[in-house]
Parts: sequence; C-alpha cells; structure tokens
Amino acid sequence: MDDLLADFLTETNESLAELDIALVTLERTPDDAETLSGIFRLVHTIKGTCGFLGLPRLERVAHAGENVLGKLRDRTLAVTPAIVSLVLAAIDRIKAIVAALAATGAEPPGDDSELINALNATAASEPPPAKPAAPAAARPSEAAVIPSKPAPAAAPPAAREPAPSAPPPAAPMAGTPAPAAEPLSPPPAETPDAPSAASGTAPASAPQAAQTIRVTVDVLEDLMTLVSELVLTRNQLLQLARTQENSPFTVPLQRLSHITSDLQEGVMKTRMQPIGNAWNKLPRLVRDLSHEMGKKIQLTMLGADTELDRQVLEMIKDPLTHMVRNSGDHGLETPAERRAAGKPESGAIVLNAFHEGGHIILEISDDGRGLSVDRIRAKALANGLATEAELAAMTEGQVQRFIFRPGFSTATTVTAVSGRGVGMDVVKTNIEKIGGTIDLKSTPGQGTMFTVKIPLTLAIVSALIVEASRERFAIPQISVVELVRARRDGAAADGESVIERINDTPVLRLRNRLLPLVSLTELLELGAAQTDDTAAHIVVAQVGQYLMGIIVDRVFDTEEIVVKPVAPILRNVTMFSGNTILGDGSVIMILDPNGIARGTGVGAGSESRLMQSARVDTQSSADKTAMLLFHAGGSQRMAVPLGLVARLEDIPRESIELSCGSPVTQYRGKLMPLIAIDGSGAQDRPTQPLLVFADGERIMGLMVDEIIDVVEDRLDIELAGARPGLLGSAVIGGQATDVLDTGYWLTLAWEDWFRNVPRRGATIGQKHVLMVDDSDFFRQLMVPTLGAAGFRVTAVGSAAEALRLRDAGTRFDAIISDIEMPGMDGLAFARAVRAGGAWADLPMIALTAHADDQHVEAGRDAGFTDYVAKFERDAVAASLRANLAQLVPA
Amino acid sequence: MTTQILDRPDSTGQATGEEQVLVTLTVADQLCGVPVLAVRDILGEQTITRIPLAPPEIAGSLNLRGRIVTAIDLRRRLHLPPAPAEQPRMSVVAEQGGELYALLVDQVAEVMSLEASLFERNPPTLAKNWAAFSTGIFRLDGRLLVMLDVSRLLALGEKG
Repeated sequence: MDDLLADFLTETNESLAELDIALVTLERTPDDAETLSGIFRLVHTIKGTCGFLGLPRLERVAHAGENVLGKLRDRTLAVTPAIVSLVLAAIDRIKAIVAALAATGAEPPGDDSELINALNATAASEPPPAKPAAPAAARPSEAAVIPSKPAPAAAPPAAREPAPSAPPPAAPMAGTPAPAAEPLSPPPAETPDAPSAASGTAPASAPQAAQTIRVTVDVLEDLMTLVSELVLTRNQLLQLARTQENSPFTVPLQRLSHITSDLQEGVMKTRMQPIGNAWNKLPRLVRDLSHEMGKKIQLTMLGADTELDRQVLEMIKDPLTHMVRNSGDHGLETPAERRAAGKPESGAIVLNAFHEGGHIILEISDDGRGLSVDRIRAKALANGLATEAELAAMTEGQVQRFIFRPGFSTATTVTAVSGRGVGMDVVKTNIEKIGGTIDLKSTPGQGTMFTVKIPLTLAIVSALIVEASRERFAIPQISVVELVRARRDGAAADGESVIERINDTPVLRLRNRLLPLVSLTELLELGAAQTDDTAAHIVVAQVGQYLMGIIVDRVFDTEEIVVKPVAPILRNVTMFSGNTILGDGSVIMILDPNGIARGTGVGAGSESRLMQSARVDTQSSADKTAMLLFHAGGSQRMAVPLGLVARLEDIPRESIELSCGSPVTQYRGKLMPLIAIDGSGAQDRPTQPLLVFADGERIMGLMVDEIIDVVEDRLDIELAGARPGLLGSAVIGGQATDVLDTGYWLTLAWEDWFRNVPRRGATIGQKHVLMVDDSDFFRQLMVPTLGAAGFRVTAVGSAAEALRLRDAGTRFDAIISDIEMPGMDGLAFARAVRAGGAWADLPMIALTAHADDQHVEAGRDAGFTDYVAKFERDAVAASLRANLAQLVPA
Repeated sequence: MTTQILDRPDSTGQATGEEQVLVTLTVADQLCGVPVLAVRDILGEQTITRIPLAPPEIAGSLNLRGRIVTAIDLRRRLHLPPAPAEQPRMSVVAEQGGELYALLVDQVAEVMSLEASLFERNPPTLAKNWAAFSTGIFRLDGRLLVMLDVSRLLALGEKG
C-alpha cells in the first residue's frame, strides 16, 4: 500500500504541475478543446485513483472539479476567468491535501464543503438564455479550427509512410470530412473529443511510458559521486603513466580513459533536465500576479529545452521565480501607465535560456519602466551605503547594482522606490553559491534585463591551477577572463606591463584602464616566501560586473577537477569554494573569486575606483580570436589565427629530407613541402615543430622555433607589415606580436596554391563581391583569397560605409558580411539591405565565429542567404559560388 | 597492568572487570590513548597541503585514498609547543559527522587492552588545556595514560 501511495503521489504531483500550465493556456484560448480534454483527463485520473486508494476528501474535491470541467468540455459552460480561478482553487486544495498526504501518509482533516458547493453551484448553473447561442456560435468555429489541425498534421505521414502511423490518424481523418459536410449538426462538437478521448486511454501515453523508467535521485547521486572518484583515479593513473616511457599500461590506460570520459558524460546526462522544469510554475505565477495587480502580462519562455544539471536546476528555481515575480510586480507598469508611455497595454516578460561555452545563460527581461537611477542613488545615500561623492563618480550601471546589496533589500519602502531590490541580494548570493554570476542592464522607460550565467554542472569544473609562495590553488575557469604577465617593479619599458603601486595598493594598467590587484600571497597570508622572479602572472578575474587581478607566481595548465566541499571547520574561510584532489594525488584548495572580492572590497565597498568591465567586455569578446603564438626567426613572437592552422606537429629532424633542394617530409603518406620563416629551424634540437596548413589535397609545413600557447585576444593590427610574410604587428596577450600572413607562405610552398581555384571556378566570370568586416586582419586575409578564387572584391570596414556605397549606386553581385561589428551589426545591416534599394535581392553570406543553430536562425531571419564560419576560406568561396550559381537560372 | 586493587571502583562509572581497547600514542612525550573503535586509520608521514587562513590547529588537508581529510595538529590543539620541524609525524584518522579528520601525533605506539578498574577521573588540578580534552587517566605500570576525548578534539568551531 505504501508503494502504491508513493507512486500515486509522484504521479499526481506531475499531473498537478501540468494542470497549472494547461489551465492558464485554456484561459487564453478558451476554444482549445484539446487542452480542455487534457485537463479533464488529468483531474479524472486523480479522482479515479483516490477512489481506489481510499482517499475520500481528495476524491470529493476532485470529483466536484471534474464536474465543472465536464460541463466546460461539453460546452454547456463557457470558459471564463472566474471559472478558471475556481478550478485553480480546487487544484490548489488538491495540492495542499497531497502535500499533507506526502508528509504524514494520511489525509489531513479539513472541510472542503464551501469549495465543493461553489464548484457544484457553478457546474449546476444553467447557462443564461444567451448561452445556447454562444456555444452554438463557438461550435462551428471550433469545428472549423480543430479538425483542420489534425488534418494537415496527419496527412503528410499518411502520405509518406502509410504503414506505421496510419491507424491513429485515420480516425480524425475519417472524422474530418464529416463535420465539414454537415457543420451545424451536433456531431461536430463530439468529433474533437473523440480522438482526444481515445488518445487518453492508450496511444498517446503508451509510447512515452515505454521509453522511461523511474530511478530515485539517490541512485543517480551515488553514481555521480562514484564517477567523480573514477575520474580522479583515472587522472592519477594518467599522471603516473606519463612519467614512464613505453609502459605496457599505456594502451589499456588510454582505453580506460576514454571509457571513463564516456561514462562521465553518460552519467552527467542522466542528471540533466530541461530548464523548462524550473519554469513550470511561472505561467501560473504570472497569471495570478496579473490578476492581483490588474496588469496585463505576456510571459514568453524561450529555450525551455536547454538542459542543465538537476542540482543546479534546483538551486536556481527560487531565485528565478523571485526575479520573474519582481519583473511582473515592480518592473511592469499598469495598463494605464503603459498607454500613457506609448507602449502596448500588455507588458512582456521574456525568459531566455541558452548554452554558451560550458555555461547556461539565462536572461530575464521585461519591457517595463526600468530602474530609476536617481531613486536608487537617494536610497543608497539614505542607507549610508555610499557617500555623495562616491555616488557622483559612479556610472549608472554601478548605481543600479546597488539593488544587489544586502542593505538595500530589507526596507519595504524600496518597493515603492525603485521596484527591484526586495531580496535581490539573496538572489545574487544564491546564484554565486553555485558559481554563477548575475548582471543587469536597465534602460529607464524601456525595461530591465537580468543576465544570469551559471555552470552546466557543479560536480566537475574546469579550473586553472596557479601557484603563489610555492603553494598551488585552483581558480574556476568560469571567472578567469585572461592572463597577463607583468613585472613586479621597475619602470615600464618595451610595452611590458609593470605592477604599479598607489600607496602600497597594487594596480595594473590594462588597455588604458586601472585594474585593481590583490596579491594571493598577501591575501592568504602565505608568508614572505616570495620568489626571486621579477615577473608575476596576473589572473584577470571577473566578479559580477567588475574585473580584478589576482597576482600569482606561476600559472600551470587547466585541469578538470571534482569539487568537494571543505570540512565544516573551514566553511567560514570565504576565500575558498571547495577543495579537490589533483591528478598527482595532492590536495588543493579552490579559490572563490566572489569570496576574494568580498574579502578585499572589490565590487562591494569601493565600487567607484574600480573599472567597469561589462561594456568593454561584451565589445571585445565579440571579436576575440583564438591565436596560436609561436617563436620563429630567432626569438620573434609571432601569431596566426588558430582557425587557419590544420595541425601542429613535432617531427624528428632526421625525417626532413631534401627534394630538388627544398626541404620536405613524408607526412601521412605524402610529401609535404616545408618552409622556414627567416632561417627558423635551428639544427640544434632533435625535433622540429611545424604548423601544418592544409587546403584540399595540398598540405604544407611551416617550420617554427617553438610553439608557445593559444590565447584568445582581440586582433587589431596596429603596424602594417613592413616585411613580406607578415601582415603587421598587434598587441596579443599584452605583448607586441607579429601576425603571420598565411597566404604569403602558402604561395611559397605551392606556387599554384591560390591559382588552381580560379581555374576550377572559371565559369563564374568576374563577379563583384562586397565584403563588410570591421577586422583589418580579416579583410586583408579574405580580399586576396577571394581575389585568387576569381572574384573582384571591395572591402569596407563598417555597415554604414557599405550602405553609403549602395546609396552612391555601386552594383555588386553578392555581399559577405561579418555579424559582430561595432555600430550597426551584421543582422541590422542585412535587414537594412533587405528593406529595399538596389541590393535587396543580392545573396548575402554571413561570416561569424558563432555558427550554431540559434545564430544561424537569427541570421536567416535578418535576411542572410547563407552562414559560414570565419576562417573557413574554402567555405566562403564555395558558398559564394553556390549562391551566385543559383542566381543564374533565376 | 594486572594490578587488581579495587580502588574507588565507582570512579569510572563503568562496571569493573570490563576491558577497554585503546590505541596508544604519544604527544610531547605524554602517553595518551583513544578508543580503538573511534579510529578509522593509522597513517605514517603524509604530504599535507596547508590551508591558508584556517584556524592554527588545522595543519592542512591530505588525500586518504581519494577522500580529503582535514589534519589537526594535536600539539597545537592541546596548546603544547610545536614539534621539531624534522620530526616525522603520524596520524590517527577519526570520523565525525561524516567527515574524516586526521590527528597529527608524534608517535602511535600499540593497541592495548586495559581493565576499566585502572581508570580514574581527571585530577582536579590537571592543567586546563589537558582537562578540556581528557575523559580521565589510566594508571599503567610506571606511566600514566591520558584518555583523550576524540569528539571534543574534533569539535573545533565550537570553542571547546
């Protein structure tokens, strides 16, 4: 019996969550017979099961609710907000009873007669005299809508694959012509019910149920713990194996490693749930809110199927609910206010979730009144959170962030003051607890957007291992923005960064801003075991909207670590978020940048003297490029976009042979020409590092002295190339770096490298292509490439410049445009082009670093014909050819 | 160890004739004991990672077969002078509230079975630092053994 009851509770809770959503949907679309029968079915099932289990109180409430729903379904009652509220009240009562049932195992005593009477009265109420006309009017329209819905859905499968899916759709198919033939007779009202009632018994539920089994969360948690341990052990084994050459364990260990990774992934998947599960309650919440406050609110939820770890999901549920409530409660204005402001009466709250590089980004935005900076300022002053002088020096963004401060939330007047702020500090704390960050952007009169960034999972994170005073620490990769090398003291010289001091407070000049620094050694009181090394590394970490630099002695690599909580004794040390065991078996503490920020006042007490990073960051991250750094031609530091490099190799020197006087090597069964950069390829080392470039059949190896690193940085070529083979110099990772002109070296190796392409595409003729890209480097790379491929190319640096060309009457055959550009971006540019003018019908190809589905769709919506990832030189030319070829017949 | 003098049999609150099994250890030359059932592991010299900003009694953390164990310096806990730097130290691992802790001691000696009749309450004059963590004293041949209260030793955050 206990098992039965437990099953009943699980099932009922699921049904109840569905009911909330279904009822709110019903209220919006009262004619949706499918939703209505769905609701009826759910309540009916609950009623039936309670009768079976002997739960009289629950059964009575469910029965009364079912009566009302039955009348709604039969169209003897019309769906009105009042009835929906009543049914919702019944559902709430059922929920309360179920909750008590779960807690105590028995139905709580209580009297539901009032509710039941109200329900019965509603059910029994005769439709007013006008009503017969109303359902009658509703019926034909419904007959027109509903049967037409299954028909198109059923027709294609029936046509394409008649065998498997024919029987179920056959029923509505057969039913469809009938109501169309005699639209005003009673049967049409029955037809929409017939298929749904049938689906209620078997076909709809059976396929879903067969594919899943219920497993308790404990089992999954245990599995996860075990896998985490396995990952650690695997890392340890790999570390051991690395120290031994030719160990017989190497091969099986590799296999073990792969299987462990797969297993880890699989187990992680079992814990993944769509974020929509955390949103279940929101439609109901917003509905109630809009009734209470007399506002019209439209809730839109995008990306509900974005998956994240169960544990993370649980932890963001409450903050999320809180934020949505805040948006509806305080962010949105009343319909009257909205009309006065020239906005649509109905306010919008949009939830958007998507993946971005190992994190989930959640956006909660409204189009309400926005945060009032003046009022927050006044409030901050009144609460003594900041002085007038400090406030005057703050940017609007900094002032707005006061709503995350604890002192801001307690006073009830805040509600009247700015809207937000009730418990926002709690929201922030909860999000930070799971290693996430929260940010906000608000424009007065236009609305507010909160952006929450959270890790996909808490169990395993990627962390950067650093060392200070001979002790190692891990910093979660999520908060690391970049690494900078700087000298500890002395005068700035040769573009090298130097740590400067203002009255003993270390700071760093970073791209014309001051970055506040904290020394890990001092912060953690590690003692004066300073290294003699004059160079220090600075880990630039992002905490909320602020950047700070953490000074460390050394930076090792990144490692996947399993976060373990620290012992209870250590919980009050806020600098650490946990500890872990590294591959070599040593225990290491995980630093918590949020805790460090709090401990040092960054982002809390002294916001005015900190650099505000958000703007800079969004700008620069947009055109950051992964660059491969290497030494060549002596000790020169050089870079090449990683996307252009096919592979990195280290070949034994003796495998370099001479063919017709030029060095070549046998590579993957072919001869690969080798080119040295200015005499690179010193003979004193046993191996030769190579950058391998590939293009179709052709491969070529560029001999360099040493491969240093891969960094993500902006690529702004500041000095144009004075030498062949170099595009120029740029500051990459804080140092002047020469940027390689790949095309030059490729032509050296294969004189016909670019020449074969025009031969292939000779039929195109000279098509004129417009290229819009803000990156000098990219224009310089693409213009010769496309030129070599047989196109005539005009390149401009901004969308505005391009539109000027259009207005001047320049004609092109196709347009290639970057997406992320300052000023008018690629999407806006595409819309502008499509809006009219001479170019409205030209093929447009988008170039971007983010070629995922979402971006592709956004691009297509804006009017792009095709979407190509940056640096895929071939793909650009191929796409151009394909799109131009399509035009020919047209 | 075989003395059968029934001196103050009620002093322990335990029935006479019962035996208690102890792990004996030394810290700053004082012989101590902990109930064998409270001990999960005995470890030799370990690599211990320092934990910055932690209370002084916490020596750091160590890796015991994949579990992270917090190491507590018994000398510091008992307010004794620190051990000479070169002296190797052993650990007694105990569990409290689902967490593992390692008590760093100078030397772990042996497992002894002692008659409860040899047990006495702490003398009232016992120094406070010892009295706070001791449940009583066993009278051995020629030596006295301080019975340590593991749970009180591990109750760090509570100012015990």
